[in-house]
Amino acid sequence: MPIRAAAAAPRRLHLVLATPLIDDLRVTPTVDPPLVLGKHTFTSRLFLGTGKYPSMESMVAALAASGTQCVTVAVRRMQLGAPQGKTLLDYLPRERYALLPNTAGCFDAEHAIRTAMLGRELGISEMVKLEVLGDPDTLLPDPVGTLEAAKALVKDGFTVLCYTSDDPVLARRLEDAGVTAVMPAGAPIGSGQGILNPNNIRIILERAKVPVIVDAGVGTASDVTIAFELGAVGVLLNTGVALAQDPVRMARAMKAAAEAGRDAFLAGRIPKKLYATASSPTTGIIAGE
Amino acid sequence: MPRAPASLRLLVNGEVRTLPAPATVADLVRELGLQPAQVAVERNQQLVRRAEQSTTPLADGDRLEVVTFFGGG
Repeated sequence: MPIRAAAAAPRRLHLVLATPLIDDLRVTPTVDPPLVLGKHTFTSRLFLGTGKYPSMESMVAALAASGTQCVTVAVRRMQLGAPQGKTLLDYLPRERYALLPNTAGCFDAEHAIRTAMLGRELGISEMVKLEVLGDPDTLLPDPVGTLEAAKALVKDGFTVLCYTSDDPVLARRLEDAGVTAVMPAGAPIGSGQGILNPNNIRIILERAKVPVIVDAGVGTASDVTIAFELGAVGVLLNTGVALAQDPVRMARAMKAAAEAGRDAFLAGRIPKKLYATASSPTTGIIAGE
Repeated sequence: MPRAPASLRLLVNGEVRTLPAPATVADLVRELGLQPAQVAVERNQQLVRRAEQSTTPLADGDRLEVVTFFGGG
């Protein structure tokens, strides 16, 4: 568990206290090493999608407010004959954002593999968010197709970040297939239902040797916090920000939520207990009747 | 020996297009008014790398996919 390893010189925070005697007390917070995925290193643990924003301007502002360093993009047919204006890439400076092409909308392994190849050619990036869907209404992943495509893409040198259901067995199979990260869904894509089965996410996290990123289902900031508190090393979201009434403000909330959840995880929460334990001394209480 | 057709009938992103023969994938991209760096091309379900577009000839009946990045999650 490398999460507590001090990778860099610890930042020093000045703790402001009312008592002058300990006014200069300095605390050393746990340093969080960056997240490494293949050739990429990220200090932000939020991954944002680029779909469904009300405008390109709101997308640009929301991405900036979230602090993300990696954004997902879809591979789609060029609209032929349409005037060639600005493209999505004109809004996504490469020095600021790593591109994570997805295979969204693919319902079989072959289709996903072809889409991944096209995305790699467009993005000059070996990273792919693999998703092979099994059902158009739930957008739940097809486990068989996902595993098949994952094996082929890993063999072809891709850094595969693999969208999957919250099934611990499939997560292990994907890990065995060589994916760089498993990305279980908290809830169906775009549903905003949060993390429906935290127990399954916990089991995946306890057993996985590769990074686990919660992908899909985030509706609001607390969902992000919960994912990080459980131990996820990253969260990928799109709709929760893009379709919020104020996407930029929600993006800022997601950033704070990610930091809060990650800090809480690193800090180590107390165990839950059935009975109370007093916070104040239980001795020295003044006499009663 | 059958003569090569004077023009190529192609299916590009699901639409029929004709191009004078002979032509390469790079010719098609240029004909569509696209910047080569902004698109990726598949010919008959096989990726055509950018470096190979100018040396990949098109054949009558080819199916091509010309794609780029759009917003997505």
